[in-house]
Amino acid sequence: MSDFRFAVNVLPKPGILDPQGRAVELSLPHLHVTSVSRVRIGRRAELTVSAETEAAARDVVEGLAKELLSNPLIEVFTVELLEATSSTTSAAGAAS
Amino acid sequence: MRIGVVTFPGSNSDVDSLNAVSVAGVEAVSLWHESPDLQGVSAVILPGGFAYGDYLRAGVIARFSPVMRGVSEFAAAGGHVLGICNGFQVLAESGLVPGALLRNRSLRFASKIVAIKPERLDSPFTRAATGDPIHVPIAHGEGCYSADDATLDQLERDGQVLFRYVRPDGTPALDPDDPSNPNGSLRAIAGVCNAAGNVAGLMPHPERMAEAILGTDEGMQLIRSLVLSAAEWEAAGRPPARGGRVAEVAK
Repeated sequence: MSDFRFAVNVLPKPGILDPQGRAVELSLPHLHVTSVSRVRIGRRAELTVSAETEAAARDVVEGLAKELLSNPLIEVFTVELLEATSSTTSAAGAAS
Repeated sequence: MRIGVVTFPGSNSDVDSLNAVSVAGVEAVSLWHESPDLQGVSAVILPGGFAYGDYLRAGVIARFSPVMRGVSEFAAAGGHVLGICNGFQVLAESGLVPGALLRNRSLRFASKIVAIKPERLDSPFTRAATGDPIHVPIAHGEGCYSADDATLDQLERDGQVLFRYVRPDGTPALDPDDPSNPNGSLRAIAGVCNAAGNVAGLMPHPERMAEAILGTDEGMQLIRSLVLSAAEWEAAGRPPARGGRVAEVAK
């Protein structure tokens, strides 16, 4: 078994109104920034999955992202692998 | 006959809903979120509040609570379910009614009296309504009704839009920036129902306008509609929900 640390990035679907993104965009002139546009605000979850393989761990994360972490009607998500560590290594590390 | 009101951790309109059911002359039963047992009630109200702190997205954690298993089965069996405010968000996250509730266009929590108008008076949730604008409070941060254009067209075609926010002259506040549209809802939609017509949700709070002492009792038009539909469903031997265009009911 290994531990796989993932990030799930959730963003409003293209075309869905994002009032937070719009509010941030409207504040940019106050910072004298004129080169930035199309701001979208979302959320990020990081989680660790214990599994035999990365593919199996990714399946769990994708399922959670679809079912719980995002609402497919209004949001899109991407899954990103951050780190993979063997559980046996970390157990040995804890014992030393 | 008895009507159940679910209490989630963070519900705050459950007692108001129980009261409104009592005002309608029906026994009100409190249902706890940890049990899928609906205790044989004839209809269910999912009340307003902030179930599970509205963490992640409003309504999503509540969707996975044990009571929602019971509510989903009850709805599939043709029972009437009304979601009010946070209850509407729970139903939308559960996929029991179409669409999603986004952050208010203003980004502000909206707490005021609004006017809504029933789109039709022959639905299980509007049959006791007069057809005039109903003045009821809203209190929400995520009430901007959203769905893609094809879904919105389909909802309108199939009679699934039950309520719209209206301007003082009674016309729908279709422009999302119209001050009478309190959250930027697309097509001014304040409430919808599922295809079978037995599950409905709306953002405003009819149960908070249940007695003259609260300002008006205009909200009782909706609660009485639910009571009539639940009684009829019981009298008919609990018939299953039907697909297709929302069934018209006798006034």
